[in-house]
Amino acid sequence: MTDRALRILGPAIVGLLFLAGWEAVVRYYEIPWYVLPGPALVAETLWRDGPSLLGSLWVTVRITLAALAAAIVLGGALAVLFAQSRVLEQSFLPYAIALQVTPVVAIAPLIIIWVNDAYWAVLILALIVAFFPIVANTTLGLNSADRNLAALFKLYGATRWQTLRYLRMPTALPNFLAGVKISGGLALVGAVVAELVAGTGGNETGLAYRILEAGYRLEIARQMAALVLLALTGMAIYFSLDGLSRWLLSHWHESALPDEE
Amino acid sequence: MPPLVSLEGVRKVFRNGTLALDGVDLAIAKSEFVSLLGPSGCGKSTLLRIIAGLVEPSAGSIRGREALGGGRIGFVFQEPTLMPWATVWDNVYLPLRLKGESRAGVSDLIGRTLAAVGLEGFERSYPRELSGGMKMRVSIARALVTSPELLLLDEPFAALDEITRFKLNEDLLRLWQAQHWTVVFVTHSVFESAFLSNRVVVMTPRPGRIVADVRIDIDYPRASSLRTAPHYTELCRALSHRLAEGMTA
Repeated sequence: MTDRALRILGPAIVGLLFLAGWEAVVRYYEIPWYVLPGPALVAETLWRDGPSLLGSLWVTVRITLAALAAAIVLGGALAVLFAQSRVLEQSFLPYAIALQVTPVVAIAPLIIIWVNDAYWAVLILALIVAFFPIVANTTLGLNSADRNLAALFKLYGATRWQTLRYLRMPTALPNFLAGVKISGGLALVGAVVAELVAGTGGNETGLAYRILEAGYRLEIARQMAALVLLALTGMAIYFSLDGLSRWLLSHWHESALPDEE
Repeated sequence: MPPLVSLEGVRKVFRNGTLALDGVDLAIAKSEFVSLLGPSGCGKSTLLRIIAGLVEPSAGSIRGREALGGGRIGFVFQEPTLMPWATVWDNVYLPLRLKGESRAGVSDLIGRTLAAVGLEGFERSYPRELSGGMKMRVSIARALVTSPELLLLDEPFAALDEITRFKLNEDLLRLWQAQHWTVVFVTHSVFESAFLSNRVVVMTPRPGRIVADVRIDIDYPRASSLRTAPHYTELCRALSHRLAEGMTA
């Protein structure tokens, strides 16, 4: 079997078996729909409520992408700053770590009090979750430039900026992209968690709020339909970023090279 | 004629206390091809880096280096040390880019340099697509593209197979005869040093110092047939002897 066929066929078979088993269990034990709906009912709900759920999904996706973009800009800038001076890096890194390891659910209520606008509160929370992998990975990459290449830059009288632009940044690109891939997923998690805590998102409600709402009304099928949408969105974000990363590194980096024949 | 570069009483102590070089005096004349010959750990690479200005000596003085700033020195490392994300052309363009030259303005120069080292047709290749010998050619082209007055090579062919090494030895000599830069070539191979240079400086370790300075009076051009000639093998024998003497002394 070719690698490509395996990549598509393998997950498809696992998925079908799982769905069939699920449907069979629900029917055999006659589990009521308000406890565990079968996949057929979830699919039907997804089809019926799709348009309305997609509107909410779009709100969540917009916040996710805005948070990821902000994380890329801020995280990248912070990494460049850290890479300029060991003093800066050592002085600020513990605080960046502290921000990262404090659960976002715990910070959320505070941010919501401080920031009046729900949209901005959710955006900031998603950003807090998303920016650290980019900072950590990019800083590591910027500090990993080949010593001999660095000596060569020195020999040719390169300025600090030239060394950053032509040596350290290209060296850090694979690390940066690895960070962005992680952050893409985390931005979505951050946005959803923040929406759950913030409750309503003002005039527009994100998908997380719809999940809460459906839960209160015992509309389990709708809740699960929304979950399916979230999972698909997360995968779409991951695979787009993975594709972007492969494309950018396609000429030179081991991670993006095809397998040897 | 004053020497191009001269070192007096150069001493280097590393931060961990190792005495890498002690009391090194060395004057290199213009257009000389000098080999620094010695076992690993004798400080020959450190000496080369001091000449390049990449390492500061702990004591002693260097004269002549000021006139060699800004691309007048070419350096070739033991590894090809190429930027994996850049094409062959862009790797060779690097020293010129750092000097602020535009791509268009130097395209002829880069074309000529690549042709001189036998890399025509590989401009758009990436380093990973090249063999070890070809990567080393790119590294040499990058060192030559600024028309350096002084070319420093740090065991550049040590990691290559013998056939490739011989070919690159001969190509390097051919380029040197045509351009007559001054060369300092670090090696641990007696045969390589005798084949290439008109002067071999023998070094010994702990602490690194110069124990012999031998002229190689064999006319250029040197053909590959020289490798089996009796006077060449005799010379290699003599050099090995000097090296062994220095090690036991």
